[in-house]
Amino acid sequence: MGKTLFDKIWDAHVVNNIPGGPSQLYIDRHYCHEVTSPQAFDGLRQRGLKVFRPEKTFCSPDHNIPTLNQDKPIADPVSRNQVETLTRNATDFGVTLFGLGHPKNGIIHVIGPENGLTLPGYTIVCGDSHTSTHGAFGAVAFGIGTSEVEMVLASQCILQPKPKTMRINVNGKLRPGVTAKDIALYIIAKMTTGGATGYFVEYAGEAIRNLSMEERMTVCNLSIEMGARGGMIAPDETTFAYVEGREYAPKGEEWEKAVAYWRTLPSDPDAKFDREIDFDAADIEPRITFGTNPGMGIGINEPIPSPDPEDEAGKISYEKSLEYMGFKAGQMLEGIPVDYVFLGSCTNGRIEDFRAFADFVKGKKKAPGVTAWLVPGSWGVDKQIREEGLDKILEEAGFEIRQPGCSACLAMNEDKVPAGKLAVSTSNRNFEGRQGPGSRTILAGPLVAAAAAVTGVLTDPRK
Amino acid sequence: MKEKFTTICSTCVPLPMENVDTDQIIPARFLKATSREGFGDNLFRDWRYDKDGNPVKDFVLNDPTYSGCILVAGKNFGSGSSREHAAWAIADYGFRVVVSSFFADIHKNNELNNFVLPVVVSEPFLAELFDSIAADPKTKVTVDLPSQTITNLANGKSEKFDINPYKKQCLSEGLDDIEYLLSKKADIEAWEARR
Repeated sequence: MGKTLFDKIWDAHVVNNIPGGPSQLYIDRHYCHEVTSPQAFDGLRQRGLKVFRPEKTFCSPDHNIPTLNQDKPIADPVSRNQVETLTRNATDFGVTLFGLGHPKNGIIHVIGPENGLTLPGYTIVCGDSHTSTHGAFGAVAFGIGTSEVEMVLASQCILQPKPKTMRINVNGKLRPGVTAKDIALYIIAKMTTGGATGYFVEYAGEAIRNLSMEERMTVCNLSIEMGARGGMIAPDETTFAYVEGREYAPKGEEWEKAVAYWRTLPSDPDAKFDREIDFDAADIEPRITFGTNPGMGIGINEPIPSPDPEDEAGKISYEKSLEYMGFKAGQMLEGIPVDYVFLGSCTNGRIEDFRAFADFVKGKKKAPGVTAWLVPGSWGVDKQIREEGLDKILEEAGFEIRQPGCSACLAMNEDKVPAGKLAVSTSNRNFEGRQGPGSRTILAGPLVAAAAAVTGVLTDPRK
Repeated sequence: MKEKFTTICSTCVPLPMENVDTDQIIPARFLKATSREGFGDNLFRDWRYDKDGNPVKDFVLNDPTYSGCILVAGKNFGSGSSREHAAWAIADYGFRVVVSSFFADIHKNNELNNFVLPVVVSEPFLAELFDSIAADPKTKVTVDLPSQTITNLANGKSEKFDINPYKKQCLSEGLDDIEYLLSKKADIEAWEARR
């Protein structure tokens, strides 16, 4: 029987299988940020260990960092300590750091691909659930906890039960004005927030195949929001064209050898998945969320659905969620006033997102009542924004570009949406208080965000 | 070496919400510490305290009616972020067991790596357990790791739960994965050499 893309990569990295237990999996690339790594490095110190393969770990502070005045010391002493701790740990243990102020600094899931550190066929982990982003390259990439970060540092391996496999096919062509974010929010709403738990997902089908690498990253990034262990897309010419020539990518003869191997990775025609699901791309409209998990989503022209009367236990949570958001079942959200717009994060903080946003707002003006935070995913993205003149377009429309970082996606720095305020956000989570205590989040793609930013209300960008 | 896990018999703290995400278990603004201790103070922070830091009276952790080292939660517990701080907060608060009908993958691993036992029960068992606790907050539950059995002592009903034999051994003997991996260094080097 044929093998899936996932099985080929996973099986090639198994060092041992513990009978009845997890697999001992070798990790090719380990990314670290400042929030989930300090206790792991401390663990090594307490055990008197070194980092086993320091050349395979790359660190970048991103969660805590300010998006203004990065050249000055971080004002919050606790945040500053965490960022400085990462610097100290990287120095003490001899791993590469793209620290604050470094031209390669940025959100770890943006800079990995940008620098050719993320490659097809790799196993990639990071103490961050959105590590699934790197699956866009045909890698087995997933988020881990801090104990597991310590395992990787100590042994370049982790112990993981092998997940089941699922293939999600998005067939046919997307309609105009529909983005990769809309595909992902559509799939998550259909699957629900826990619907892919226990599975590793491969995305396939014509609509997926036609996506650029950046769009593929957006789709894979959100896999965790339906509970999936990870998401991935088979490597193809689009992948190779993106990777070729990047700093850490193989060169010359090594490149030829690598591509020849990568071509063997796509799922065999007779490969069997534990679950296979089909969607029609033509059914996907620009999407928004209305509740407090990413599965609570609708098309922008649809009313908020009523809770399932059969599901007593679920009803309590559903109603609590709507109460938090200040919405009612049956309500249409188009036209409601928006206070904040956030463009950025590992989901939608790449150059194509800024191009889409700038293209939409070109010649228009930011609505006076809206506070807009435009945060590039990395200094690399920022540089490209300026090279392409997008900064001029955005400034003329009344928008300011901030400095790179995770920013308002999880509001660990000062970019917090105030209590009660409504944000249209291109990030990945609309959990209660995610963007600041009491903040209310509508998740959407860069076009819906741009439309809200210039009209001041939730608007269908196709109108 | 952590505390060994065998059998626990305790009253329960009920949280009948579904999709409790790790941002609710421990909000991001409390993730700035560089040690593992003290997260229990901010467990369920934004449900437990109002914006001025006063306890919210009707939240279960503030209700003296309920106590014990078993947390009972609605399905899809621990979704969202991979932050192990969520498991540290649960452990630091004093919970040893979390019972639900469904756990998010990463959080479940994080609990196990911190010697908190996630026990997956059927939907009917969970619904009845919530009913038992509502009827009598002193309802006790026994979680027996050696026999992989959970029993609701109010109605006497038992269920078997799954745990892989490797993790069961880790919990029973207080061993962690790093000790196992360090013992496999030769295998790792051999794997690298034949690659």
